[in-house]
Amino acid sequence: MSGKTIRVLIAKPGLDGHDRGAKVVARALRDAGMEVIYTGIRQTPEKIVATAVQEDVDVVGLSCLSGAHNVLFPRVAQGIKEKGKEGVLLFGGGIIPLEDIPGLKDSGFKEIFLPGTDTNTVVDFINDFLK
Amino acid sequence: MNRDDFKSRMDQWQEGTVDKLLSKRPERKEKFQTTSMNEMKRVFTALDAPEESVMEDGLPGGYPFTRGVQPTMYRGRFWTMRQYAGFGTAELTNERYKYLLDQGQTGLSVAFDLPTQIGYDSDHELAEGEVGKVGVAVDSLRDLEILFDGIPMDKVSTSMTINSPAAVLLSMYMAVAEKQGVSPEKLRGTIQNDLLKEYIARGTYIFPPTPSLKVITDIMAFCKEKIPSWNTVSISGYHIREAGSSAVQEVAFTLANGITYVEAALDAGLDVDEFAGRLSFFFNCHNNLIEEVSKFRAARRMWAKIMKERFKAKDPRSMMLRFHTQTAGCSLTAQQPDNNIVRVTIQAMAAVLGGTQSLHTNSRDEALCLPTQDSVRIALRTQQIIANESGVADTCDPLAGSYCVEALTDEIETKALEYIAKIEDLGGVVKAIEAGYIQKEIADSAYRYQKDIETADEIVVGVNKFTMEEAPPTNLLRVDQAVEDYQKEKTIKVRAERDQAATDKALASLEKVATDGANVMPPIYEAVKTYATLGEICDTLRGVYGEYSEAG
Repeated sequence: MSGKTIRVLIAKPGLDGHDRGAKVVARALRDAGMEVIYTGIRQTPEKIVATAVQEDVDVVGLSCLSGAHNVLFPRVAQGIKEKGKEGVLLFGGGIIPLEDIPGLKDSGFKEIFLPGTDTNTVVDFINDFLK
Repeated sequence: MNRDDFKSRMDQWQEGTVDKLLSKRPERKEKFQTTSMNEMKRVFTALDAPEESVMEDGLPGGYPFTRGVQPTMYRGRFWTMRQYAGFGTAELTNERYKYLLDQGQTGLSVAFDLPTQIGYDSDHELAEGEVGKVGVAVDSLRDLEILFDGIPMDKVSTSMTINSPAAVLLSMYMAVAEKQGVSPEKLRGTIQNDLLKEYIARGTYIFPPTPSLKVITDIMAFCKEKIPSWNTVSISGYHIREAGSSAVQEVAFTLANGITYVEAALDAGLDVDEFAGRLSFFFNCHNNLIEEVSKFRAARRMWAKIMKERFKAKDPRSMMLRFHTQTAGCSLTAQQPDNNIVRVTIQAMAAVLGGTQSLHTNSRDEALCLPTQDSVRIALRTQQIIANESGVADTCDPLAGSYCVEALTDEIETKALEYIAKIEDLGGVVKAIEAGYIQKEIADSAYRYQKDIETADEIVVGVNKFTMEEAPPTNLLRVDQAVEDYQKEKTIKVRAERDQAATDKALASLEKVATDGANVMPPIYEAVKTYATLGEICDTLRGVYGEYSEAG
């Protein structure tokens, strides 16, 4: 990955309007030198997949605080796979019970960040993974 | 001692005592600031809050209401203890309401799930995964009948956090009351019905701003005639603050939205004193107790002046900023969640010292999930302890005259008025939203706060200091996915059993009224009584008004 700017899509699937975290993470990644696209709120999983493909991103980060993550996150992961983009790094964040994390990881998410996470942790996670 | 003597004594104190001490023992920080970047001075004195200006604030219950909106405040009766609650189905939530009323809660506050808030029935494809999650699912009048079953609607006041479909839920509420034999003029409560902050911070919009403002003024006009004790708009700073704003921005953007609603109602031909007394406010309350108390006092004084001087209101009720407070959700930590009880206590105390009319105290586990019954009870008990044991409710506006509180009250007012002027320069709130100005100001504050935590300029106990290893939390409330299937079946059954011709007729009538630009409240009220669903009613209006979407 060295030399190439990392491209990230930060997205809000579902009906949840809480995007403080998504915006903060988007900005922190931008400040860390990545190119970041933020979808805005209330996106369908299909729309997120289409944007990820169209923008040819390396990373997709999803945020959900409404409790719909178990339905919406795997659908994005599935869609990305179906488009042949298995190489895209997926991560998520929000109010997500610990017991849901293994299931989300099985569906393709490499990490789920919980409230109180330092933005540097997210930056390091992406950089380390795409090294 | 006169002012000049005091000033020279202060100079001596600064140069002698303080500077000497600082050379040996510096302070914890170079600069002490509130969330709004107001400087917290080492000491505030009479020079910061001259007695004459404090006296201009008058007395409780009188203009400009800095000292509170009622003459006796909590000596008469305590604020309304109103816990925001709702999850799963109407059946489950009805049980929680009865529990809360049994525990001494004095008002209800309905949390709806996201599909309800955005005008989708539970069987809509976009509702999948969201049904009953952040609140109760309401699709038709049947659900509201179940929700208020056994709850005396003539005695309990109800606040409903509903915005784009507020007209539908208010209609359903009136229809259920009618079935209970309670006439509309006896109903007391609030609909949030504040669309501007949805575009700014909360996100449950359906229609574009112009038709949204039209529906809001329709509701104001309808309520004035039919349901006069109802609060028609709860102008909300809460979500603006949750999105990351400072206290000053919260006041500024909320009052700017309030000004916009007043202007819209005046443009619709209403007289200011006919509707302004039914506008209420909803604020957040954070940990900086002194700043928060000052914020509430500043907001009251500002609104009174705006209503009297700018909009020429005559009725004192039109000038009173009455408000609900919720403690700060975003201040809760997932780490060491019991610490949140303490945070909530400080915040609730600030709201009471600031003169709130009603209060929701958050539960300790809300950074993890919806609150359990035990957590909600502790949150309610927190209010009851403040009310009955702390003594702060025994005198009006107890912090008035504090040099620090008075100085911050003035400063918050000054800075918030600057923001309001800036928004007006941009052409008003709607233009400022379209330009992304308000959203960007909030996002900038949110980012700055996050960075301050990461550099430990802001300490959050349990997060960036005093951390410890913890066992994963247990005993969390989860909404079963089976709720979604149950709710879908119920709604499908309602559609099958109703008089379809009556529903079709009511929806056609609504479409015509909305197209003609007449008041949509009467046809919505008729439609809900035929068991037309929330989704069907909102779809009818989507067809006429179009839909709003956020630029990415």
